Amino acid sequence: MFFRSINRWLIITLACFLPLIAISIDIATDNLGADPIQALHIRLGDWSLRFLWLTLAITPLQTLSKWRGMTAYRQMLGLIAFFYATLHVLVYLSVDHGLDWHLIAIDIFESPYIWLGVLAYIIIFSLAITSPKFAKKSLGKNWKKVHRLIYLAAIAVIIHYYWQLKGNMAEPLFYLILLALLLGFRIAVWVKNRQFNKMMIPSTRKIRVTTVPKSLDIKQSGVPSKSSLNELIIEEVDES
Amino acid sequence: MIIKTHKDIPASEITDPLVFKQRRQIIKVMMGSLVAGVSSSALAETKTEWNHAPKANTTAAPLITTSSEIVNNHTNYYEFTFNKTDATQLAQSLPTDPWSVEISGEVEKPAVYHLEDMLSQQSLQEYIYRFRCVEAWSMVVPWIGFPLANLLKMAKPLSSAQFVQFTSIYDPKTMPNQRDNAMLEWPYVEGLRIDEAMHPLTILATGMYGESMPKQNGAPLRLVVPWKYGFKSIKAIAKIELVKRPPTTTWNKFAPNDYGFYSNVNPEVPHPRWSQNSERQLGSGFFTPRRKTELFNGYGSQVASLYSDMDLRHFF
Repeated sequence: MFFRSINRWLIITLACFLPLIAISIDIATDNLGADPIQALHIRLGDWSLRFLWLTLAITPLQTLSKWRGMTAYRQMLGLIAFFYATLHVLVYLSVDHGLDWHLIAIDIFESPYIWLGVLAYIIIFSLAITSPKFAKKSLGKNWKKVHRLIYLAAIAVIIHYYWQLKGNMAEPLFYLILLALLLGFRIAVWVKNRQFNKMMIPSTRKIRVTTVPKSLDIKQSGVPSKSSLNELIIEEVDES
Repeated sequence: MIIKTHKDIPASEITDPLVFKQRRQIIKVMMGSLVAGVSSSALAETKTEWNHAPKANTTAAPLITTSSEIVNNHTNYYEFTFNKTDATQLAQSLPTDPWSVEISGEVEKPAVYHLEDMLSQQSLQEYIYRFRCVEAWSMVVPWIGFPLANLLKMAKPLSSAQFVQFTSIYDPKTMPNQRDNAMLEWPYVEGLRIDEAMHPLTILATGMYGESMPKQNGAPLRLVVPWKYGFKSIKAIAKIELVKRPPTTTWNKFAPNDYGFYSNVNPEVPHPRWSQNSERQLGSGFFTPRRKTELFNGYGSQVASLYSDMDLRHFF
């Protein structure tokens, strides 16, 4: 059973590199069309986006299916998204710009759509380097907070996608809808939890709980002693 | 015969061996086929001119034409598709023969020309221009055409003619995005100021690479304004009107803050969402740095005077 699950993980991980193999074959056979540099750049970006979306899909799937074994996949898919994003950035810098840093600097400075790409990459980079177990341990409670930045990265990515288009906004609509569903799921869970909490303390009937000392054995500090906590007064508070 | 564009091309644009090969192929193609209306002597002249070594100063190299295969398969033809590759196939359904072009508006002699008649009155020449797309890529295309001014002069513009409005063919039967009213307002409309339209660099092209114009590249007649972003160079022209007021052009209407009426190539004025400082030259190899975009796409010495009093940031 253990080996089977390891094998499945390994096979899926290797499958994540199939797009890279397909792209490599297209490079080797000169099958990237009339603008091969842009085609390469965009295809790597597309796959980074897809793996990021898959990463975001794990938690909803886990919640809906009640299957608890998917956290390992979430980490792996996130790292694959980082891998394709890194190639996307490297192609931009080297294949497209030939590492001409002057042109690169102007291009980034003058292109708001790239700012969002840069923001997304910085986030995904930070998440990737804090992905190993020891980083998770050392970050403690903050780890979860830091890794919630993935939502911001995903939003930056979809705007990055939209803003580089000349006008046909229908193209990334599919991914926008998926992202809305993925983030919407989390909002729904959050709202539900909040309502659940509210049910515990109904907002329409606020209650005040006070303790009244049973006797006069209050210490000098004014703090009631344990024995004095016996009497609780629960009174309803009228909001109006 | 070649139209000199008075442009020195820096040595950084040294030909890739592959491009050289492609160039040889293009010359072969040119030798093999003739455009209707182009006399063989004119083409022969073009060939000999083309093989001349660059005469200009040491930092100059010739404009290297992009491979025709690239130019044939990389077109923005939104009437058919938003995909640059698929346009090649889809555009083949457009009927371009017979074709007529209406010239009307503020002219003494409005007319509807059959295309063959129009072309028979013009002497076609080859114009090797750099074509710079607003999407920050560029290519060098040897167009076959004639100056727009020659045609306009035949119609005799009135003094009230301040602008020229071009309208593409409206054929929703063969153009899916016209049929679906997709994205832009159809038919496609472009415009020039009268002095831009009369400028000798502004041509109507009916062929390229020594052959008649492929349908995806704007057959049978398209505008080419080399110092402006590519979308100004309207394809498949059905109507040319001389008008008093600036025409409402398609992209400008769609996104007025992104695409101005002038749309002169200008590295100093970025698109609101991306830089126009550099361009990817189609056909250049991996790891080749982009080309620094030039003001007026490198045709400034001939056209800058048209805009001498204008703030190019405001009139972008």
